[in-house]
Amino acid sequence: MAKGQRQKNLLWLQSGGCGGCTLSLLCAEAPDLTTSLAAANINLLWHPSLSLETGQQVMEIFEDIRQGRTKLDILCLEGSVIQGPDGTGKFHMVAGGNGLSMKDLIAELAGLAEQVVAVGTCAAFGGVTTAGDNMVEACGLSYEGNTKGGLLGGNYKSALSLPVVNIPGCPTHPDWITETLGHVASQTMKPADLDHLGRPRAISSPLVHHGCSRNEFYEYKASAEKLCDLGCMMENLGCKGTQAAGDCNQRPWNGSGSCITGGYPCIACTEPGFEEPGHMFTTTPKLAGIPIGLPTDMPKAWFVALASLSKAATPKRLRENAVSDRVKVQPTSRLFKKPGTTSGKTGS
Amino acid sequence: MTRLITGPFNRVEGELEVKLDVTDNMVASASVNSPLFRGFERMLHGKDPMDALVLVPRICGICSVSQSMAAAAALANLTGIETPRNGNLAANLVLACENIADHLTHFYLFFMPDFTREVYAQEPWFAEAHSRFAAVHGRATQEVLPARAEFLHITGLLAGKWPHTLAVQPGGTTKAVAINEKLRLTAILHKFRRFLEATVFGADLDEVSALETLADLQSYRKMQASRPSDFVGFLNIAEALNLEHLGRSADRFMSFGAYELTDGHVFKSGVVDDTQSSNVNLDLITEDVSHAWMQGGAQHPFEGTTQPDTEMKEGYSWCKAPRLGGKTIEVGALARQLIDGQPLMKELVQAGGGNVLSRVAGRLMEVARLVPLMQEWVSELEPEAPFRNHPGQIPDGQAMGLVEAARGALGHWLRVENGKIANYQIIAPTTWNFSPRDAQGVPGPLEQALVGAPVRKGETDPVAVQHIIRSFDPCMFCTVH
Repeated sequence: MAKGQRQKNLLWLQSGGCGGCTLSLLCAEAPDLTTSLAAANINLLWHPSLSLETGQQVMEIFEDIRQGRTKLDILCLEGSVIQGPDGTGKFHMVAGGNGLSMKDLIAELAGLAEQVVAVGTCAAFGGVTTAGDNMVEACGLSYEGNTKGGLLGGNYKSALSLPVVNIPGCPTHPDWITETLGHVASQTMKPADLDHLGRPRAISSPLVHHGCSRNEFYEYKASAEKLCDLGCMMENLGCKGTQAAGDCNQRPWNGSGSCITGGYPCIACTEPGFEEPGHMFTTTPKLAGIPIGLPTDMPKAWFVALASLSKAATPKRLRENAVSDRVKVQPTSRLFKKPGTTSGKTGS
Repeated sequence: MTRLITGPFNRVEGELEVKLDVTDNMVASASVNSPLFRGFERMLHGKDPMDALVLVPRICGICSVSQSMAAAAALANLTGIETPRNGNLAANLVLACENIADHLTHFYLFFMPDFTREVYAQEPWFAEAHSRFAAVHGRATQEVLPARAEFLHITGLLAGKWPHTLAVQPGGTTKAVAINEKLRLTAILHKFRRFLEATVFGADLDEVSALETLADLQSYRKMQASRPSDFVGFLNIAEALNLEHLGRSADRFMSFGAYELTDGHVFKSGVVDDTQSSNVNLDLITEDVSHAWMQGGAQHPFEGTTQPDTEMKEGYSWCKAPRLGGKTIEVGALARQLIDGQPLMKELVQAGGGNVLSRVAGRLMEVARLVPLMQEWVSELEPEAPFRNHPGQIPDGQAMGLVEAARGALGHWLRVENGKIANYQIIAPTTWNFSPRDAQGVPGPLEQALVGAPVRKGETDPVAVQHIIRSFDPCMFCTVH
C-alpha cells in the first residue's frame, strides 16, 4: 500500500449463521489475521467477536456511518439474512435496536457501503439456515440459492460497479477471506474477477478435485465403500469434489487437512443449494448403477466408457487399498534398478 | 428505577440483549434475550438420521465438534455400536482441541479486553493491561492467534478441518492415524504446551494443576510478582476489582461428564447443589417455554417441541428454560472441574460460589489439566488398530447423546421413526446458563448472577455487567439454535 493512504473501514455484521467463518478466519496463518488486515490497509471499524465496543458504542458507530462522519468502505455479512416470520424479520431483531430488525439494518448499511461482501455460503446464497422448510425465510444478500434475488436483489451494484462479492464455503477458508478483502480494499477488483455467482474466480476456478490426494483411486474408479476407506468417494459416498468450486486440496485447511484427507466426502459447501442435495449427504445417488452427478464438463458417454475401461484395468494394489483404512499393498517401484536385475518386484 | 437495554452485546458468540432494571446504582432485576432464531430442530425433522452429522455442527462455529460429538453419541446409542479405543481417543483429542482453543479465545479475545476500557484508565494496572489485552491490537492477540492456529492443526490431522468436520461418526472417526501423523501430533502438543507454560501460566502445567488451596494460589501469584504471566495478570486484576464478589448465581452445578473412554469419563459427571453431590438424574430435565416466544408447556426433551410464536405475551427470548428437577443449573468449565473434584476449584466455590473469578479460573485450570491428558491420549494411539466400527442402518427408536462442550453440558435427544428423524431436541450449555424465567417466575442463572451488580454513574453498558456476562463465556448461536 502507498504510504499515507487512508485505511479502508470494514464493518462486519452477523445474522443467520453460526459464526464459523469468523472462527475459521482466526485460524489465518502465515501471516495471521491482524497482520493480513494491516497489510491489506484495512481498519476494522467493528467486528462482533473482536472489537472492544459494545452496546451504545456500537450504535454510535452505526450512527456515524449514517451521518457520513465515518466512511463505510466494506460491509461484510456473515450468516444468512433472516426475513421471517412473514417478512417481518422478527426471528432476528437487532440487540438493543429498539424494534429494528437485522435485515433492515443490513439493507440500510449496505446502501451506505462502497462494497458489500458476503462471507460464507449462508450470506451469499442462504446456506444451511435455509435447509428443510426454511421456516425462518432465510436468504442470501443477492441470491436465494442459485437464483438471483435475496435481500438486496439480484441487480445490486456497488459504488465500485461490482455485485455483492460472494466468498463461498461452509466455513470459508481463512485465506479466501483475507485475499478477497485485500483485493476489494485495493480497489482493483473488476467484474471479470468474479464468476457467474459473484464468487471470486481465484476461489471458484479450481475444483475441489484438483490436487485430491485420492486422485489415483479416481483415475481407476477404485472406490471406497465406507467412510474411513482410502478409495475414491465419488461412486458411493456422495463426494462432489469433481463438481464443486474450491482449492481445498491445493491449499490445506488447519495445517494439513481437507475434507478428503479427513476421510469424508466433499459436500460441495461452496455451491448454492448444497444444504439440500436431494439425497443423503454421504451416499451417491445412482441411476442404473451410474452416479447421477458426473464430473463437471464431462460428457456422460465418455464417463461411462472411461469408467468401465479404468475399472477393468484397476491394479490389485488400488483395488485392495480402496476398501481399506490403511495402505495394505505397497507400490512397487521399477525405477533405478541395477543392471542385471530382471524384476522390480519385492517380497513374495 | 431506571431501565437499561444493552446491545448489541459483543465478544460473545452470537446475538445477545440484556434488559436491566437499576435501583440505587445496582442491578435490581435482569432479563436476558437471545434474539436470533434459526430453527435447527425443525430443520432436522424428516431428515435421514445420518444427515444430522452434516447439519448439527453448523449450529455453531465455535462449538462445532461438540455438536458433532453429541449427534454421533445419540446415533451410536441408537445402534448400540461400540467404538474402538483409537476412535474414542481421536474424537476426544479433536473435542479437547476445540475446547481448549475456545477457552483461549474466550480469555484473550472476549474477556480480558474489558479491562482495557477507559473506565479503568486511572488504575495502577491499566497501562500493562492495555498494552497486553487491548482488543485486536494488544500484544497478547499477536501471540495467541498464531499459537491457537497452530494448535488447531490437530484438527487438520485428525478431522480434516475445523470447524464443521464429518470425521466424528457413530462408532469412531474416519481418519486412521499413521505413525508419522502421531509424531506430528506429539510435536504440535509439545510446542503448544511450551506456549502455555511460558505465556499463559508462567509455570509448568503440572504445577498449575497441582494447585489445591487458596494459599497455593496466592503463593503461585507471588512467585510471579515481578513478571506476571497472563493468568497471574488476571488474578492481580481480579483482586484489585474484587471479582470474587461479582456475579454469583445459585451455586447449583452440573456436568454430563467429559471425555468418555472405554473405562468411563475422564472428568466425572454429577450435580453439586450447595456442596451436596449427586448423580445427574436425566429424567428430571425439562424445558419450560413460559417466557420464550414458543408455544407449548414444560416437557422432557424426548417429548419437547419447537413452535416459535412471536405473539407469546410473556415471551422475551427465543431461548427455552431448561431446569433440572425444576431448578436452575449452572454449567461450564468451573462446574466440570468442581464436580471432578479439583481441590482449588472446590475451595474457590466454597469461598465465593460461582463468580467472575472462579469461572475464569475454572477454564484456565481445565486447560492446564487437559493438555497433559491430550499428550497421553496421543501416546496411546495405535497406528495399526482400527479407528472406526461401521454402523449399519440406523434403527427406529429414541436415544440421547450427552457431551461436555467448552461451555458445559450439551445434550441431543433424538427420535427416529420409519428411518427418518421424527424429533430432535437440543439443550446447549448457554441454554442452561442464559435461560429466561420459568413458569414459577424463577430467573435463569445469568439473570440471578446480574442482580446486585454495581452500576457506575452515567453508565449505559455497565462494565461490571459485562464482566459477569462474559465470565459465563456464552455461546448464543448454540443457545437457541
